Amino acid sequence: MKQRTLAVVSAGLSQPSSTRLLADQLSAAAVAAAGTHDIGLTIKVIELRDLAHDIANHLLTGFPPAALSEALDDVAGADALIAVTPIFTASYSGLFKSFVDVLDKDALVDKPVLIAATAGTARHSLALEHALRPLFAYLRAVVVPTAVFAASDDWGADSADGTLRTRITRATSELARELSRREPATPTDPFALTTSFEDLLSR
Amino acid sequence: MQFGIFTVSDITTDPTTQRTPTEAERIKNVVTIAKHAEQVGLDVFALGEHHNEPFFSSSPTTTLAYIAAQTEKLLLSTATTLITTNDPVKIAEDYAMLQHLSGGRVDLMMGRGNTGPVYPWFGKDIRAGIPLAIENYALLHKLWREKAVDWQGKFRTPLQSFTSTPRPLDDIPPFVWHGSIRSPEIAEQAAYYGDGFFANHIFWPASHTQRMIALYRQRFAHYGHGDPDQAIVGLGGQVFMRKNSQDAVNEFRPYFDNAPVYGHGPSLEDFTRETPLTVGSPQQVIDRTLGFRDYVGDYQRQLFLMDHAGLPLKTVLEQLDLLGGEVVPVLRKEFAALKPAHVPEAPTYASLLAAREEADLAGADKEEAKA
Repeated sequence: MKQRTLAVVSAGLSQPSSTRLLADQLSAAAVAAAGTHDIGLTIKVIELRDLAHDIANHLLTGFPPAALSEALDDVAGADALIAVTPIFTASYSGLFKSFVDVLDKDALVDKPVLIAATAGTARHSLALEHALRPLFAYLRAVVVPTAVFAASDDWGADSADGTLRTRITRATSELARELSRREPATPTDPFALTTSFEDLLSR
Repeated sequence: MQFGIFTVSDITTDPTTQRTPTEAERIKNVVTIAKHAEQVGLDVFALGEHHNEPFFSSSPTTTLAYIAAQTEKLLLSTATTLITTNDPVKIAEDYAMLQHLSGGRVDLMMGRGNTGPVYPWFGKDIRAGIPLAIENYALLHKLWREKAVDWQGKFRTPLQSFTSTPRPLDDIPPFVWHGSIRSPEIAEQAAYYGDGFFANHIFWPASHTQRMIALYRQRFAHYGHGDPDQAIVGLGGQVFMRKNSQDAVNEFRPYFDNAPVYGHGPSLEDFTRETPLTVGSPQQVIDRTLGFRDYVGDYQRQLFLMDHAGLPLKTVLEQLDLLGGEVVPVLRKEFAALKPAHVPEAPTYASLLAAREEADLAGADKEEAKA
């Protein structure tokens, strides 16, 4: 069995949060889907609420405090990412975007990403397609075709085997398939020299 | 080991009095601070270069020459000289001139600058920051070592048979440090030439500085300038002291909370933990500074930022009294006791001249022996 890591970013603010609930369901489904490809997944959950001050401080000082630094390394080093945000005012939350803003610009290149969101009503569902998908496309991530949206309705009585469950299964299968095609992630070292001085001089 | 201070020349409102010094006042104060640095026994005064408000220091050689005229021993340096947007020909001329006027008490620290708009003001493009630093310094290096220079590059008019004047004092070019926070290319550049590498250190976690210095040391050895532990390393530091550490914290907090760069961000306690900033008693500063050696190895220059964020002149001079009176004498002794004999001091005009005279003597002896 191959071993891979999955980072799960959850940007919910309330506790308990439906965003975290969706993130947990997606992680569990991803573990099951990866298993069918003979891949064992280690999950690293990143709760952005706990890092909110660190994220603001990074924006102001230019460097991540220790806990945030670890979270950024977890994302950059992961073989796949599940990113879940609440929809605020027609888009991803500000905290979610601020976290993405402090990621290294190459951290997600060619990384399989599953995008997901929660909101009060299904009227916000296309925010996944017009806001999250282009954001991750810009970062050159490989966003799987199925994005998972959960409105309050979806947590109702028929959710256990309803349409939300179907979408979760489809999206995580797509993520597992992308994972199975790839070599393990090798995060770039910002301190590594990529060119010789002679090349720099003659450039 | 050299100890000193560096200033970025910011004109900042004192958050405790809401008073902002005038340019005239702040410029005079910085001269007073530099002279005081010599009086309290520090070795180095380094001045920043900026071309935008709220900074005054657009013309560092003018300021440094004025200070040189009023000091005896103080080594004058920069923090930093903009190798990207200045014409390297003008840097060669200005600093050679300063070297003559100051009797060789000059070195420089090269930097790329931290303000995007500065590049277009001088007809440059920030995206070419690294190539500008590489090419401009290559020319500067040549101008100080060769006469009748022929040159063609991408960023300035070609030169034919150009000799920059005055020549460096006794043909000993000013020693150069290259400063960078996180660009491995600049550590590589410093290593390639066997120049010094200065890590700003103060705005970033120690782990960054450690990585950059390790890379510089390794590449310094790669280019055949000596062993990794013989590379010439400088570090920034930032301290605020009072006899009683709680007094230091209480007095410095409003300046920290409103400081340019990191103000309105992390708490003083967070920033003290995450970066080399030390606010406390002189003994705490001694202990913390000695600890830098644990992650960068034996190093040659320690500069402290003492006068920013609107601190009034009186306070800065008191800080220098503590630094020169209580901290640096202990650090000198402790660092010297720890440093192995094969680790060199930072080169100066005087040490380079002495080394050359020694080499000449040795050469003459050989000639005699042959005859």
